[in-house]
Amino acid sequence: MKTILKLAVFFVLGWQLSALPARAVEPDEVLQDPVLEQRARVISKDLRCLVCQNQSIDDSNADLARDLRILVRERLKKGDTNSEVVQYLVDRYGEFVLLNPRITPHTWILWFAAPVTLLLAIFWLFRASRRRKAQMQKPPSALSEAEQKRISELMQGE
Amino acid sequence: MIAEIGQFVLILALVIAVIQTAVPLVGAHRSDTALMRVGSTAAIAQFILLLISFSALTYLFVTSDFSVSTVARNSHSAKPMLYKVSGVWGNHEGSMLLWALILAFFGATVAIFSRNLPAGLRARVLGVQASIGVAFLLFITLTSNPFTRLSPAPADGQGLNPLLQDPGLAFHPPFLYAGYVGFSMAFSFAVAALIEGRVDEAWARWVRPWTLTAWMMLTIGISLGSWWAYYELGWGGWWFWDPVENASLMPWLSGTALLHSAIVVEKRGALRTWTVLLAILTFGLSLVGTFLVRSGVLTSVHAFAVDPERGVFILLILCFFIGGALLLYAWRAPTLKAGGIFAPVSREGGIIFNNLILVTACATVFVGTLYPLALEAVTGEKISVGAPFFNATFVPLFIPLLIALPIGPFLAWKRGDLLGAMQRLIVPLGIVIVAIIATYVLQNGGSILVPLAIGLAFWLIIGPMAETAFRIKFLRVPFSETLRRAANLPRSSWGMMVAHLGVGVTVLGIVAISAWRVEQIIVMSPGSSTEIAGVTLTFNGAKQRRGPNYSEDAGSFTVTEKSGRAYPMEATKRVYTRQSMPTTETGIHYYFDGDLYIALGDRHEEKAGAYTVRIYFNPLAPWIWFGTLFMFFGGAISLTDRRYRIGAPKKAKVKSKTMGVQAA
Repeated sequence: MKTILKLAVFFVLGWQLSALPARAVEPDEVLQDPVLEQRARVISKDLRCLVCQNQSIDDSNADLARDLRILVRERLKKGDTNSEVVQYLVDRYGEFVLLNPRITPHTWILWFAAPVTLLLAIFWLFRASRRRKAQMQKPPSALSEAEQKRISELMQGE
Repeated sequence: MIAEIGQFVLILALVIAVIQTAVPLVGAHRSDTALMRVGSTAAIAQFILLLISFSALTYLFVTSDFSVSTVARNSHSAKPMLYKVSGVWGNHEGSMLLWALILAFFGATVAIFSRNLPAGLRARVLGVQASIGVAFLLFITLTSNPFTRLSPAPADGQGLNPLLQDPGLAFHPPFLYAGYVGFSMAFSFAVAALIEGRVDEAWARWVRPWTLTAWMMLTIGISLGSWWAYYELGWGGWWFWDPVENASLMPWLSGTALLHSAIVVEKRGALRTWTVLLAILTFGLSLVGTFLVRSGVLTSVHAFAVDPERGVFILLILCFFIGGALLLYAWRAPTLKAGGIFAPVSREGGIIFNNLILVTACATVFVGTLYPLALEAVTGEKISVGAPFFNATFVPLFIPLLIALPIGPFLAWKRGDLLGAMQRLIVPLGIVIVAIIATYVLQNGGSILVPLAIGLAFWLIIGPMAETAFRIKFLRVPFSETLRRAANLPRSSWGMMVAHLGVGVTVLGIVAISAWRVEQIIVMSPGSSTEIAGVTLTFNGAKQRRGPNYSEDAGSFTVTEKSGRAYPMEATKRVYTRQSMPTTETGIHYYFDGDLYIALGDRHEEKAGAYTVRIYFNPLAPWIWFGTLFMFFGGAISLTDRRYRIGAPKKAKVKSKTMGVQAA
């Protein structure tokens, strides 16, 4: 809900917020095994609390986030790997649950727009600098006859 | 009566803004000095009128006049005075009025301080600036009038959102707006230059102080927001990659790029068209930010579709100004003269690298923020783009820039010597290697990434110092000579050092908090204690208290250090009575090496008097914000540089020869 609160800060249109400040993981959820608990925390940080805005289940105090945290821990206790746990949640809730979207055709723009821009910019800079250099190295064109004549006139005038 | 005066002068300001747009632009076109002079008078008049209007609204808030709709919806008679005042901009209507006021303020400063600007350029800048004012004043009067009366007036107001009732956040919006709106100056200068068809060194010199001021304000605004999130939201996070934050980060990134590319225009006359484009885009991103935050499109695409009036208006403003400016750019930019040439390894090359990364980073944030909205609007498909995405894309992109940062200032203009620069950085490099090894040893193995990141932070802090030391020939000539050189070093050079090392201070804080934060989430009964980061924390129980407009559970703690020194700490959970909305007031004790941070959670359902308590030790956390203060003061020092004070558009040729290179 944190995000909603933050948004509210900006628009404050007299909203009545039922949200609490983020308080996330509760003591009774924590697993005995510290290694497993650490894995659960890592996984939770990448999963969206579906009823919140842009907030992971690790940070959210919503009931749904709590259910998901417990679910993640149950799957881990059953011996799932991290990716199996994530896949389990994606199967249940769809891609929307992932805060870090997978690279699939519909997220190509998301993932590649910036790197492609960077590459294009580098390519363009490279070409521009080559062009500049070529221009610099080109010997100045010879003077035309009229120019030659004007110079000799000026020289004689001295 | 006061509300009507506020309303009346607001409309008057709109009329003046229309005049200020039309008359000076026509005057500049016809080279008519009398018409051009109208611009300055109008700019000052517009500012005074808006100041009266804004004061009227402030008066209504302070006296709690609930017959005015904005006041009734956002204020309350029992609120402390500070928040009655900050309530003026803690709502949509008031904050837009503040937007317009700051816009007019910047216009007025051009009228007052830029007497030495060529009359034509000044008239055009004021005209373009006023045209933005017209758009926003129309927006306010047509869709967001702050002075609308209510009948009958309610007995009391609905109160300000409790989250805004905080000293840190009270001043966050004015700084943020000063930054957003400040970039309008860069925009106006860019458009004026396109109309004139001339962008030169003098232009860059005039535009830089405005850009720098805007950038400084935005830096502080973002920093205040981040600090507030840290102590208020109750779990010690300091940046969330949330769309609202991204909206302010984008203009900051492109504004930082603009700040640097304008140096190249000023010193070397190169990158002119690019700098003009950046100025347009930076203000464009400020408008995008305003659109995202004000339209409601972030809450959901549907909320926007239901009540699109304000959003569509801002979108139209955005399209008109940025589309128009880009068209003008496409038409006029090819006629601008290209500047000096330079080798890839040179100060210019370094700044191009800076621009390349900053702009790509900005594009990453832009796509990450808007793509989910666009995808949902087009296909209806919903995806989430959160912190893990930005950490995976933005951070790796930014690291090369940070590595290159201390090297750039050592490169000469036109043709630099990379090997020579690295030789001059040999001392910082040695310190960095020692820091990496020391960190690795101290953390007892583990990931090598953390020591490397600490090394990067040291590199960023010591590198800029080494550059200044090199300039003033520290330890290489008699000390009196060093002092003389230090006194003669341009202020902009000192400013650059301070701002650049501020980046290092911020990075150090970020690395430390990310790598070494200690967290405990436990249920504590009165009298129980726990150990964290070398101190013992005892919970003394919580008691109920009442404040002016809230009630709270105040948890009292005693911290005992190893030395035996003990001090009390308090963390409370507040409920604001009017809104029945809870907030956390965390307890933070600042040590030199980090914060001890306590947030009081829920009361335990069974154990009497027990609470869930979140305790963190956040190593070096305050350094994140100290770093931004360094950046701010670096900018401030640079702003006092002689060439801005004299302001004469002459090239200081003799000076630049003796000084070698002077940078921002």
